[in-house]
Amino acid sequence: MRYLPLTETDRKSMLAAIGVRSVDDLFVDVPATARRAGPVGLPSFQGEIEVERAFQAFARENLGTGSAPSFLGAGAYRHHVPASVDALIQRGEFLTSYTPYQPEVSQGTLQALFEFQTLVAMITGMDVANASMYDGASGTAEAALMANRVTRRKRAVVSGGLHPHYRETIATYARYSDFQVDLAPPDPTATEDLAARIDATTSAVVVQYPGFFGQIRDLAPLAAKVHAAGALLIVVVTEVVALGLLKTPGEMGADIVVAEGQGLGNQLGFGGPYLGLFATRDSFVRQMPGRLAGATVDVEGRRGWVLTLATREQHIRREKATSNICTNSGLCALAFTIHLTLLGEAGFARLARLNHEAAMALAERLGQVAGVTVVNDTFFNEIAVRLPKPAAAVVDDLVDAGILGGVPVSRLYPSEPALADLLLVAATEVNTPDEIERLAKALAEVLS
Amino acid sequence: MTTTGHRGLDHEEPLIFEQDSPGLSGVDLPLPKGGPDRLGGLGRSRPLGLPGMAEPQVVRHFTRISQRNYAIDAGMYPLGSCTMKHNPRLNEKVVRLPGLGDLHPLQPVRTVQGALRLVDTLAHWLKTLCGMPAVALSPAAGAHGELCGLMTIRAAHEARGDARRKVLVPESAHGTNPATAALCGYDVDPIPANDRGRLDLAAFKAKLDGSVAALMLTNPNTCGLFEDQVIEAADLVHRAGGYFYCDGANFNAIVGRVRPGDLGVDAMHINLHKTFSTPHGGGGPGSGPVVLSAALAPYAPVPYVVHDKGGFRLIESDPKAFGRIRAFHGQMGMFVRALSYMMSHGGDGLRQAAEDAVLNANYVMARLGDLLSPAFLGPCMHECLLDDHALKDTGVTTLDIAKALIDEGFHPMTVYFPLVVHGAMLIEPTETESKASVDQFIAAMRALALRAKSGDAEFFHESPTLAPRRRLDETSAARHPVLRWRPPAPPAAAAE
Repeated sequence: MRYLPLTETDRKSMLAAIGVRSVDDLFVDVPATARRAGPVGLPSFQGEIEVERAFQAFARENLGTGSAPSFLGAGAYRHHVPASVDALIQRGEFLTSYTPYQPEVSQGTLQALFEFQTLVAMITGMDVANASMYDGASGTAEAALMANRVTRRKRAVVSGGLHPHYRETIATYARYSDFQVDLAPPDPTATEDLAARIDATTSAVVVQYPGFFGQIRDLAPLAAKVHAAGALLIVVVTEVVALGLLKTPGEMGADIVVAEGQGLGNQLGFGGPYLGLFATRDSFVRQMPGRLAGATVDVEGRRGWVLTLATREQHIRREKATSNICTNSGLCALAFTIHLTLLGEAGFARLARLNHEAAMALAERLGQVAGVTVVNDTFFNEIAVRLPKPAAAVVDDLVDAGILGGVPVSRLYPSEPALADLLLVAATEVNTPDEIERLAKALAEVLS
Repeated sequence: MTTTGHRGLDHEEPLIFEQDSPGLSGVDLPLPKGGPDRLGGLGRSRPLGLPGMAEPQVVRHFTRISQRNYAIDAGMYPLGSCTMKHNPRLNEKVVRLPGLGDLHPLQPVRTVQGALRLVDTLAHWLKTLCGMPAVALSPAAGAHGELCGLMTIRAAHEARGDARRKVLVPESAHGTNPATAALCGYDVDPIPANDRGRLDLAAFKAKLDGSVAALMLTNPNTCGLFEDQVIEAADLVHRAGGYFYCDGANFNAIVGRVRPGDLGVDAMHINLHKTFSTPHGGGGPGSGPVVLSAALAPYAPVPYVVHDKGGFRLIESDPKAFGRIRAFHGQMGMFVRALSYMMSHGGDGLRQAAEDAVLNANYVMARLGDLLSPAFLGPCMHECLLDDHALKDTGVTTLDIAKALIDEGFHPMTVYFPLVVHGAMLIEPTETESKASVDQFIAAMRALALRAKSGDAEFFHESPTLAPRRRLDETSAARHPVLRWRPPAPPAAAAE
């Protein structure tokens, strides 16, 4: 076994030093009825050659987005990740360290987190960000709980333009408490009137920007109404690259911004691990969930970093903590930090603009296909199109043409017949004009 | 002090924001066409403030700061309860294979049959090792798994119209346990430990009634001990109509030797980033699948994978499920790595790994027991717990020992946890440390213990002196939080 360095001689001498005859003597506290002596009923050990072969076999049974024109989005986006990102995050010093509990020997992770927090605060237009959450959806649920603590109210209004998985996650987190969640109906045209749902008991209004159906709305008027009612505005961004081009949520009056950070630095990876970004105003810091890195000095006065404000957290506060979160998404946060650092101000804006231009080309070309209607008046890199028949069947037919043609809304809203003909289609900097042409032609064929 | 501030290989590295060359980018992208947009007038006009750097500077920056981290790759990392074992690079290779790394979570299921077969294979290994019939795979980390497990329990009780308010949690539990129970709407009632470092069964019985939804017990527990009365405890909670939630953070000690299902466990999360070696990554991502008993399985969250004639399917909505706790399907990247690790070890190797982990921990305890003070008698599991009794009157604290270990080239053990032991030092060598490295750690600990007893407290209070930073002022960091970089005030404003 290549991962086990003890030799039989080592084991014998160690057992002798302990003063027992066999390793079984170390398991004497296990009740006799639960001790298992025999084999465990699983295959025996394998070398790298065999294991790698097995995973190549798993991989061959899939159609990867790298092997076919792909237009899938709906909360997970395919972007080009620079080669140096993956090389750097695989440095053992980052990969094989843990939460920086001992700051003197964890300055690398802590400095990267401090940089991450600053980058997240900058792109969201907020004062402060934490060291990450599991993903955008669970981060959104935590934001809604935080708004309850800040406002001492317990009723959230949730937009019909929020990603359905995020809506379900908030509802699940609220399910076993007196926290009420008012889910507005799905809103493909972004014409809902959320202000009408706000009252004196409202703790938060949760909206997505750009929306799940791709629409972009000015949130400032809503923010004013939310604040007038004493509630908080939670703005969710599921495609973080959009912030390269759009006004920041902070500029429009957001109180908490949650984003899915996968789009920068992190592979699609079939949905995880991803990266929850979480930012807010300075005044709410002590109600925030999650870890925070902060600046300080050592005994010689040199600048350094530590984890701070731990009195919010479960290991100190136990059942009174702001959240139960412990491990977060450290390595994904590092990948995000490196990718955004490489891009810089100019590169981030250019990347976002390229995404938008690809989507404009996509919208224009798909709009020319007979039977296809583009729903959006506005969008960033993803649009909703209405088809003359159920979108799931169309997507399935497109697979036969070798194209991953988008996400049928029915995949996420299986019990909303009115949405069955809607297809979400995204284009990013990796989609070529030729791929868009292939999609349009295949779609025309499938619909004819 | 050198001219540059660097000390040999230890480089002083400014923040990225302090290295801004405006206009530079480390990524070459095509020139956009320009022209009108479809942003609805919401295009951004102000800069964000991101720094500009070319690729070489970015690579150097992150390389330099990485060198200020301790890591398993560099040395023994005996952080108790965290299971810092070797992270095989094969796992990193296979997770990036085309056809695995580039799958979108919402592709048609017929284009991801290999991925679903992989998930199903992982589930089979976990269920077999645990002796349990079902597993919920979506939780993103251990604490998320706890939430999943307790919500499943709550859903099961509610399905039979049985509203229960209370979860019993030992005082020795990790902080996530009571925090999770509270998040799930339960009242937390702590149970004391007995003088053997285990659940006080009499106190537990006294608190057990029809209001108890679950016992939440870590086994092996946070003191590094096997709960020898666990079967009685499970029996009692079942008879009272409650469920047994086991925190499986320490599963590494018993894999292949004990199946949680044989102990009466109804739900247990497994930290894939501990037991099955997915990298800790400076604080995640983790993965916390929850194995479930037949009684709880129907209430597990969506999504889950089923296999029938048509192949593998993903069930993404189910009225019986308690809900959904994240977007998409789970930490696939961690599933791939964990399965690669399991297949490499095989069932036989996993059992050997558990035995070696337990052997290493007991060896450390045996070799330190005369100079330092083991908190409890008898063999330990995969981690050995010392208290600070042996340091009494030396003026040296547990924290001082930890900081002095840094200068000896080791990552410190877990300190001051569990809370039930005074000045706790929780040492988990793991099975991937050689005898030579464990011996070196023991020699360092023995030398420090002797030095503490010799009255040289001053040495400890100064430690560490050889790390990139000496002790950091955590009090002022919390009192005056500086949580982000801000541009320095322009000179004119500063002069006012």
